[in-house]
Amino acid sequence: MREDFREILRLVRPGARVLDVGCGEGDLLEMLIRDKGADGRGLELEALKVSDCLARGLSVIQGDADRDLDYFPSRAFDYAVLSQTLQATRNPRHVLNELLRIADRAIVSFPNFGHWRVRWSLLTRGRMPETRALPEPWWSTPNIHLCSLADFAALTEDLDLRVEHCAALVRGRPARTIEPGRGWENWRAENALFLLSRRSQSPTAEPATGSGAAPQTSAPGDLFGA
Amino acid sequence: MTSSDTSPVEDGGIWRFGPDQPLRLDSGAGLQGLEIAWRSYGRLNADGSNAVLICHALTLDQHAAGTHPVSGKPGWWTRLIGPGRPLDPADWFILCSNVVGGCNGSTGPGSIDPATGAPYGVSFPVITIGDMVRAQAMLVEAMGIGRLAAVVGGSMGGMQVLQWAASYPERLRSAVCVASAARHSAQNIAFHEVGRQAVMADPDWRGGAYAAAGVRPEKGLAVARMAAHITYLSEGALQRKFGRELQNDGLSWGFDADFQVESYLRHQGGAFVDRFDANSYLYITRAMDYFDLAAPHGGVLAEAFRPARDVNFCVLSFTSDWLYPTAESRHIVRSLNAAGARASFLEIESDKGHDAFLLDEPVMDGALHGFFASVRASL
Repeated sequence: MREDFREILRLVRPGARVLDVGCGEGDLLEMLIRDKGADGRGLELEALKVSDCLARGLSVIQGDADRDLDYFPSRAFDYAVLSQTLQATRNPRHVLNELLRIADRAIVSFPNFGHWRVRWSLLTRGRMPETRALPEPWWSTPNIHLCSLADFAALTEDLDLRVEHCAALVRGRPARTIEPGRGWENWRAENALFLLSRRSQSPTAEPATGSGAAPQTSAPGDLFGA
Repeated sequence: MTSSDTSPVEDGGIWRFGPDQPLRLDSGAGLQGLEIAWRSYGRLNADGSNAVLICHALTLDQHAAGTHPVSGKPGWWTRLIGPGRPLDPADWFILCSNVVGGCNGSTGPGSIDPATGAPYGVSFPVITIGDMVRAQAMLVEAMGIGRLAAVVGGSMGGMQVLQWAASYPERLRSAVCVASAARHSAQNIAFHEVGRQAVMADPDWRGGAYAAAGVRPEKGLAVARMAAHITYLSEGALQRKFGRELQNDGLSWGFDADFQVESYLRHQGGAFVDRFDANSYLYITRAMDYFDLAAPHGGVLAEAFRPARDVNFCVLSFTSDWLYPTAESRHIVRSLNAAGARASFLEIESDKGHDAFLLDEPVMDGALHGFFASVRASL
């Protein structure tokens, strides 16, 4: 399983309403529905991927994060997930704002352009970095708005967002909880994942789902004890 | 064993509603002695939860699957209905009925007006998509089906699907709307008007009273069909199929059907008049032109869908459909999102134009297979 998916599954509360923006073939959606009992829906740009999702019985809309989020009502979801997609949107700031309008929380992951491999690649080759996290050459990459961990943290400040959780993801290793403001993390994190909410709007209270046990303290590896 | 196990896998007939059950029409008029021709595939299960209603397009009929009793051809949606297909009669009770205003057994302008003993002709009241759906709801209720698992349709059938969701949201679990729109555009109305004028320009139309005169406006109806048929295809499909190919060697230097595309259209027009009634064509095209689901809601389509928040929608469109282009489907989907309804949407790559919804489109089959499987799992 992709490390960012594992981390997202850990963060999402059972039974939540989740919109997966850029859901691909629906792998994460299927896991959210199966493992977390989520009411999962998806948005995906590519027709072939949407048809795969529909054939799997998932509720997915062919659409564009830049344009189609605007049509969802406010707070229609508990979580909006944007996994490795923000950097490919035309207007990331608008998309992030919309995610936190239609959902109480947003889970956003992206490749960190401040990672040492990226810096090293540019420094030594003098050409647009091509790394294992960003393998495509500049002329074919869908990533038109790359940012570093520090850039993204600054945007969350600018939009007055609360960072509820932040993790560094390196391929093949478990997610590592980090303090996004620490400078060295901007060198170390190959990918970053944020759980965000709005400071100005109180998110819905933490759930007392199912058993009613205090969720925060139960089983390790899952914030909600599922 | 439940009693339904002994019912036939394929069934059909004409449902006659008594004088105590007139069809109330949107125009304010009413229809007495309503008859609805229907056909079904599969068995209704004990709790009546596996019923699917298929809504047909402008010139189609209740014979969605199986064999057509007149033409002997397979039903028009056998791609979707049949063993191993997305709607398998082993799992579902699949019902399709001829629309009111039609000419395949349901009450329409060709029916006898009980008040006069003669065919209605143009004294038949103008009907709407809403009236068609109201008649279907009467049939479904009469058959003892409380809540449909799905209402499914393409083109005008898709309009009925949307109307169902708006009018009877508590009576359907899911809705599949293919190659359709929530309103007729100016271009849609314009093409229909060409067709109607062609029918009415035929001297054999006789002000709609052609039945009494023992004639039929075949030429006018054929021209209407030829014009309409072009709108069901795409430039790419016509080019691929016919290009500039000639019927015979060389040009005739006259007005015979030199080009294969001309011959094809003439054939389409000629075949159509054998199976369709000219007045029904006028009435049903009118119903489509009058369709605007958002109109009673101040033009806000999401308001029409607001009561349908618990309905699971699947909306499909085709890239080369210029009659009901993807923008119309996207408008539907965005309105569903705004209303908070669960919706899936896919624009399928095809060069076959509007007719793609009736043709070999494996992506559509796969998408609907998955959709109906998920509906079945949720029953």
